[in-house]
This record gives sequence, structure tokens and C-alpha cells, in this order.
Amino acid sequence: MSLASSCVVTAQGGSTGRHEAQREGAMTLHSASSPRQRRQWFQARLEAVMDRLYGRALRLTRHPDDAEDIVAETVTRAWARLDELRDPERFEGWLFHILTTTFISDWRRRRCRPQADLSLDEAQETFCLYERLHQPFLLWWGSAEERFFNGLLKEELERALDDLAEEFRLVMVLVEVEGHTYAETAGLLGIPVGTVRSRLSRARGQLQHRLWLQARERGLGGPGAAEEEAP
Amino acid sequence: MMPREPSCEEVMARLFDYLDRELEAPDRAVIERHLARCHACFGRVEFERRLRARLDEAMASRAPPRLRRRLERLLDELESSHPDS
Repeated sequence: MSLASSCVVTAQGGSTGRHEAQREGAMTLHSASSPRQRRQWFQARLEAVMDRLYGRALRLTRHPDDAEDIVAETVTRAWARLDELRDPERFEGWLFHILTTTFISDWRRRRCRPQADLSLDEAQETFCLYERLHQPFLLWWGSAEERFFNGLLKEELERALDDLAEEFRLVMVLVEVEGHTYAETAGLLGIPVGTVRSRLSRARGQLQHRLWLQARERGLGGPGAAEEEAP
Repeated sequence: MMPREPSCEEVMARLFDYLDRELEAPDRAVIERHLARCHACFGRVEFERRLRARLDEAMASRAPPRLRRRLERLLDELESSHPDS
């Protein structure tokens, strides 16, 4: 049974919480036969995930204008394919998948251009933040791991992610955030599974290295520690 | 295939395969048995999980009003161009 023939709309569009939208979705699966009803149903669900959808697009593209374009394209595609959504409870995962494939289509077109240099120095490729935070000398300042997480700002994570090469950022988002398998990620990106593994490993090393440097800059490890890490 | 009683080094070598749900059930069970008794490896796994959760949280950004208005107009167009309109 498709969404169009299986939903009754009680949501009136506009702003609603994620859980509220889920409850509405669960309560209203009868018939959304008119375009108006489809639109109300769609918009209520969209609104519930809007910030995360835009945030994902922003992390993928790194540019607000590009992120808005990707979200708009995603909404257009999702609307056109609404009848393909067999289980309305899976709307969110379905919509995010469309966002990702929309971005990847664009990325593949752009990939025809000369590729960025993906080489990292070995220290970054093998960097392990956990080991750094558990160095004996940091025990003088209590639990460095707790201090790291307590002081970690969303902006620092955004910056560290944005600093990754696009090829690295993509595999991180697909595997760590969206939960795709390595094989699925390889299929989506058109690269071998071994390349997914390699890029993931290097992306994690680079991301954790950036987070470590940022943590040192905000004083983790005591005065003068940041200078110690300087090349 | 992992040995029945892997060392900490062997578990750490499969750490991200484990976190990424890439292991078959028997290998996963071997890792979990090790984590249940090894405080050091458990601490590392929990650290990576915690970092991943923070990464997931960092993925949300408030959608700008301009985008909301754009989508409102877009949905108006899509609704009006629907065959049943």
C-alpha cells in the first residue's frame, strides 16, 4: 500500500516536533488522496527533520548556498517519489538517503575535475586521540578524556569535519553517521571496498588529530601544551 | 576469522570493523566477550562510541528562514502541479 492511498492527514503543516510528527504519522495512516493532504503530511514530516537535514547537507557541501540547493533538490525528488515510500514510518531514513544520493550525483559530476591531493603525513593517518588523552603526563590534570568531551564544542567538530577532504568526509558521513556498510558505501561512491576502508581510516586519523590540536589550543594538558604540538 | 581468545592488539585491530557492524556474528561475539573482561579495550570502544555520538549531534544546524520560505514556495509549486490538483 503506498503512502498516497494509506494516509489520513491530521497535521496542519507548520512547525512540529520530531516525536509529534512521528505520532501523527502513526495515527494517520489511512488515506491522503488529495494533493493538499499529501502536502500537509509531507510538510509536517519534513519540518520535524529540517534542521538535521540542512545540517547534513551543510556538512556534506560545506557551503550554505550549496546546502540549500541540495535540500531543495532532495525535497523535489522526495515529493516526486512519495508513492515509492512503502512504510511511512521510514520517511526520515528514506529522505536522508535521497539527500545523500542527490549530493553524490553532484559530487560524481564534479569529480571529473582534477582531484584534490589526498595524501596525509603518516602521523595524521595513524593518529589515535584516545591514546593521546591517556598519556601518563595528562593524568596530572585529572581525567583528560572527560575534560576533552566536556570542552568539545559543536563548532570544533564542524570545523574538523569541514577540514577533511571531500572524499574523506563523504565516507565518514556514510559509514559513521548514516550507518551504511562498507560495501554499500563503495557502491554509492563507485569505489572499491578497500578504498572505503583506507579513506575511513585516514579520515578518522585526520579528524582526531584536528580535534586534539583544538583541545590543546583550549588548554587541555596545561599551559604551553599547544606549543608542544606545533610542527 | 578471529581466534577464540584474541589479544588486546587483535581486538584493537578489528575495533572499527566492530563499531561499523562489519563483523559476522561469531566474530562480534568474540570481541564482546573480550570487552566484557578487558577494561582497557572497553574504555577505548566507549571513547570511540562517545565521539561518534558527538559527531552525529554536530550534524544538525538550524535551517535558515530563507530556506524554509524557499521550500514553502517549492511545495506550493509541487502541490499545484500534481496530476490530481
